[in-house]
Amino acid sequence: MADKTDLVLDVKNLKTVFFTNSGLFKAVDDLSFSVRRGETLAIVGESGCGKSVTALSLMRLVPDPPGRIVGGSVALEGTDLLALDESEMRSVRGNRISMIFQEPMTSLNPVMRIGDQIVEAVRLHRNISSKEAQGIAVEMLRLVRIPEPARRAREYPHQLSGGMRQRAMIAMALACRPALLIADEPTTALDVTIQAQILALILDLQKELGTGLVLITHDLGVVAQTAQRVIVMYAGRKVEEASVEALFAAPKHPYTRGLMASIPAVPASGVAAQARLNEIPGTVPSLVRLPQGCAFAPRCKLAIKRCEAEYPPLSDWGGGHLAACWRAEEVAEVA
Amino acid sequence: MFAYLVRRLFLMLVTLFGISVVIFFLLRIVPGNIVDILFAAAGYVDPADKANLEKELGIDRPLIVQYWHWIGGFLRGDFGYSYVSEKPALQEILPRIPITAKLAGLALLFSASIGIPLGVISAVKQGTKLDYALRVVSLSGLSLPSFWLGLLILTASVAMFGQMPIFNPNPKTWLEAFATYAVPAAAVGFRSAALTMRITRSSMLEVLRQDYIRTARAKGASEAAVNYHHALKNAILPVITVIGIEAAFLIGGLIVTETVFNIPGVARFLVEAIRWRDYPIVQNLVMFIAVVVVFANFTVDMLYAVFDPRIRYTD
Repeated sequence: MADKTDLVLDVKNLKTVFFTNSGLFKAVDDLSFSVRRGETLAIVGESGCGKSVTALSLMRLVPDPPGRIVGGSVALEGTDLLALDESEMRSVRGNRISMIFQEPMTSLNPVMRIGDQIVEAVRLHRNISSKEAQGIAVEMLRLVRIPEPARRAREYPHQLSGGMRQRAMIAMALACRPALLIADEPTTALDVTIQAQILALILDLQKELGTGLVLITHDLGVVAQTAQRVIVMYAGRKVEEASVEALFAAPKHPYTRGLMASIPAVPASGVAAQARLNEIPGTVPSLVRLPQGCAFAPRCKLAIKRCEAEYPPLSDWGGGHLAACWRAEEVAEVA
Repeated sequence: MFAYLVRRLFLMLVTLFGISVVIFFLLRIVPGNIVDILFAAAGYVDPADKANLEKELGIDRPLIVQYWHWIGGFLRGDFGYSYVSEKPALQEILPRIPITAKLAGLALLFSASIGIPLGVISAVKQGTKLDYALRVVSLSGLSLPSFWLGLLILTASVAMFGQMPIFNPNPKTWLEAFATYAVPAAAVGFRSAALTMRITRSSMLEVLRQDYIRTARAKGASEAAVNYHHALKNAILPVITVIGIEAAFLIGGLIVTETVFNIPGVARFLVEAIRWRDYPIVQNLVMFIAVVVVFANFTVDMLYAVFDPRIRYTD
């Protein structure tokens, strides 16, 4: 384990709940993880597993009502963000911790020029003139490899393509050189050809600026290409955490294994394609009425009596490979 | 853009022509003319006298000729003479315009400067007691006719202060002028403010759900900056439309308000002129109002392009 000072983000026992008409549900339950300087941590899981709520919780942007962070701590460079008041938090947001969103088409303000939106991000946190900020904005657009940055800065979002807009979002998020960047499905809404470019761009800039990166995705292919460590979430909880190599080599949780099995493989030439793609049977359980034991048990082929009765603890299976499964040892053998 | 403006200008002229036809013939359909009204009080009348007077005023000629005579004069800037005062129509209308214009301007100013911020607050505080209170106020504004509200204000001021606001035609200071116009402007502007508030609220609620609002928060923008700088800028278009329409509707409210508060503006003058079938006054005044309304609509359309860069008027 690296020493404490190297940690950009240290999340402990984070708990975010939503109060809805059908009851209270725990969108994020007892989640702990950390990110080192320059490291990429991927959070993967199906829709509704709590990935995005985790991201919003780190930013303290969970819509309240109905959501609320009810426990835990989020230490960014040693400061617990959950203990800050709103105005202190505002000075951190966009400054030390930034976020890029899934939908580049709708995440930029349609009536503001691209450059002005970056200028705003800069001037909120740096005491500089509008002119200097304009300079930074153009520089950032150049950094994210937008051609003719000075001209693009004067344009409006609708004049840019989806890929360009996501680049502009990245420029905006990185304008203040944050210690941590959260990317919530940054490439999901983009064309496949653009996806790889944007991912490469994020990774390049991360290396260049030494930013910690939390990459939220449902795409294990993306994880394999980008992350050093991975968290797998299911129904608001972390069910597995490991280095990318360890996870892909030997997943310990049946859910992770299921996710991997459902990646379509391109058959080598001359080999017959697999007839049917594997899927994980069933759906994510309602977070309002979670089973008493393991939330994945109803969908799990390996489930035993104990799984339904008791929630398995996160145990270390060697080298920081954590998994919450009673039958983790058998997972590798069965599959 | 240039071709668009030319086409737009042409359409405005067509609209105004249509209005001129409608107002001219509607006036003629209304039974009785100035001569009938003048002679009605006299009991027995010599039909020859009546015919003479009609001939003198030119209202015995065929309608087409009358229309042509009026519109030709209108285009040349000759507005004819009032049947009632026998003074040039322009002389009668012009001095009354500033009074009504101030009243209308102040009413619109009220409706924008009160309606928009309250609408924003109501949207931001959606579902709170403040929101409910503001919505009740807004509903009452929409339900109270302005003449009734005017009467209530007059009655209340008599009951509370023992006097009522009298129109002061020659205010000496800005403050006096404001005091003179504020109460009637509030009476007529309450409705517009209420409508503006409702539209602002619903438009804001729509915009506040958008992704770019979350982006603004993620940048570290303050709530005020998020609400006014990011959200309102996007929510303002429907509000502008409504204020534009209200500007046209205002004339109806002003007629009763000027009557209730005894203000010598054009709106009340128009009603008197209609009562006397004073054709030159009514026709020219309505045409003047129509020109103002048509240009108000044009201004609103142009403002769209100012506020929303996605809207560009091309050929």
